[in-house]
Amino acid sequence: MNARLLVRALADPAATAGMDDAGWTALLAMARAESLIGSLAHRLAGLDLPDTVAAILGDARRSADQGRTQALWEAEMARRALAGLDMPVILLKGTAYVAAGLAAGVGRTIGDLDILVPRACLDAAEAALRAAGWEPVKEDAYDDLYYRRWMHELPPLIHRTRDRMIDVHHSILPLTARPTPDAAALVADSIALGNGLRVLSPADMLVHAAAHLFADGDLAGGLRNLWDIDRLSREFGETAAFWTGLGARARHHGLGPAVARALRLARRLYGTPVDPAVAGRARAADGLHERRLLARDGWGRERARGLRFAFYVRSHWLRMPPWMLARHLAIKAGVLRAGA
Amino acid sequence: MRHEHRLRIGPVGFRIGSAWKAPVALLARLYAGYPGAGVPDFTVRLEPSRPWRRHLRPSVAIGGDFILPDAAPLPLAHALLAAEMGMNLQMALGARRWLLLHAAAVARDGRALLITGHSGAGKSTLAALLGERGWRLMGDEFALVDLADGRIHGFPRLISLKNGAIDALAGEVGEARLGPLLAGTPKGAIRHLRPRDEAIAAMGETARPALILFPRYGFARAVRPMGEAEIFVRLTQASTNYVALGEAGFRALAGLVRRVPALAIDYPDTAAALDLVARAWDGRGAG
Repeated sequence: MNARLLVRALADPAATAGMDDAGWTALLAMARAESLIGSLAHRLAGLDLPDTVAAILGDARRSADQGRTQALWEAEMARRALAGLDMPVILLKGTAYVAAGLAAGVGRTIGDLDILVPRACLDAAEAALRAAGWEPVKEDAYDDLYYRRWMHELPPLIHRTRDRMIDVHHSILPLTARPTPDAAALVADSIALGNGLRVLSPADMLVHAAAHLFADGDLAGGLRNLWDIDRLSREFGETAAFWTGLGARARHHGLGPAVARALRLARRLYGTPVDPAVAGRARAADGLHERRLLARDGWGRERARGLRFAFYVRSHWLRMPPWMLARHLAIKAGVLRAGA
Repeated sequence: MRHEHRLRIGPVGFRIGSAWKAPVALLARLYAGYPGAGVPDFTVRLEPSRPWRRHLRPSVAIGGDFILPDAAPLPLAHALLAAEMGMNLQMALGARRWLLLHAAAVARDGRALLITGHSGAGKSTLAALLGERGWRLMGDEFALVDLADGRIHGFPRLISLKNGAIDALAGEVGEARLGPLLAGTPKGAIRHLRPRDEAIAAMGETARPALILFPRYGFARAVRPMGEAEIFVRLTQASTNYVALGEAGFRALAGLVRRVPALAIDYPDTAAALDLVARAWDGRGAG
């Protein structure tokens, strides 16, 4: 068994009609493990469901609603902390989707608050957040230096009393990764919301979702990120102009191949209508990605250990050059000391 | 998973999967007669902490829908404890249909007494004793407060008797209702006690909360009335999902505190505790 069951239920909720207890049990365990239970709950709302299933999905909807309230409150807290600095503050990922009222935000679990600010404003933003009660999560000199020198975000900060994390980004990919997105353009084309905060333009939002899916991880939790891509594509993709703009924008950021593959995978798994000109021709590795994304069983466990490990290695390979990767892994394994 | 057991405790369905047969057989024995769960609310997994730890010095990692990332694995001999911890964890982190209070609950004539307090206050021991003395045991770990009507749902899982409480009850209840002695767990010696059949049969019946007690063990006998503010704050600390429930949690807790009297009681020994409980129940908050 794999997560095809979950993918099908999300794409076509009516297909769950007549499912037996074993099917529901597996579906709910997978949906929880993939952080998609809130999205599933909203997709299945209104269908005639068994009582126990309806109760569990009702809980998931309430959880997601509360998560949305908390995420928006956390964004407002960051806005207040940064308000005096006269810098654009751009919400990213889940918080951006709910703040902008997008379909991708419906039922979505939201963990940390992710914001993007211009790189020149990074020091001022960090100082203002620390003055407002956020503090470093870990005091590890190597990690701290690593983040500041090579990452696209500050070391994570956590709020002293609310216990919520914030990731302050200045770009959407690590500086060590091969593609180098145009961070200034992300800021310049961002869109103001009514609440004093901003979100990325539609094309950049989809480019970021694709970057996040591949380059910024090992595809763990990838079905959720791919669901974001499905929802964004369907909501923005009704006009032909969006797709031509998206293709150009993805190339501009050096993320043409990532966006193309994300669209192909969304089409394969969720049946997302995408522009074939942007999605490009199918590649042999698409099937491997699909298998990796679906590697989840009816107990919510990850499967395909070898394939997962290959993607894990690949994610590091994409994230940094080989000499740096060797040194990084040696330090993490305790073989080499950070000062060396 | 190779082995599984499904059961319903009060309103909550569980599926427990295990890489080993023994823990599931033990669960089936101690939870015999509990209803099954067609589509369980929660999944718990007992899996080897490393692939080779299924056979070689077997070690049980607690998995499931909700996990604590840095939870330490337990030896296979303590797998029953792992299963119980796994079920508690799902409730603590995942339950959204009720306000969860870390409290024991017993009922009489359809009205519930909640016993809460810090670890070591004697919640489980008191609940187990009362459960043998005419009260219906509703649970020794969690009291489930209904978000709509404020009534208490029973959650009578196995009672976890620790250290001294084992001897206090073992002679009274008989071997058939007891699990194996788990020596040297992180919480000391533990034996699990199956609730009385009457409590299991009645576990679907809710009860109106009538009194909340905050006992402390090891102090001279004393009774102290508590104000609403103190009760409220201490119950927010005793709740595992108060924050996650947001406004619904606040409303449920505020309603409980306004309607139900509470007393802090200090007791030096079990006999004093039982006497204090009886007097408090009869006086119902009068002190």
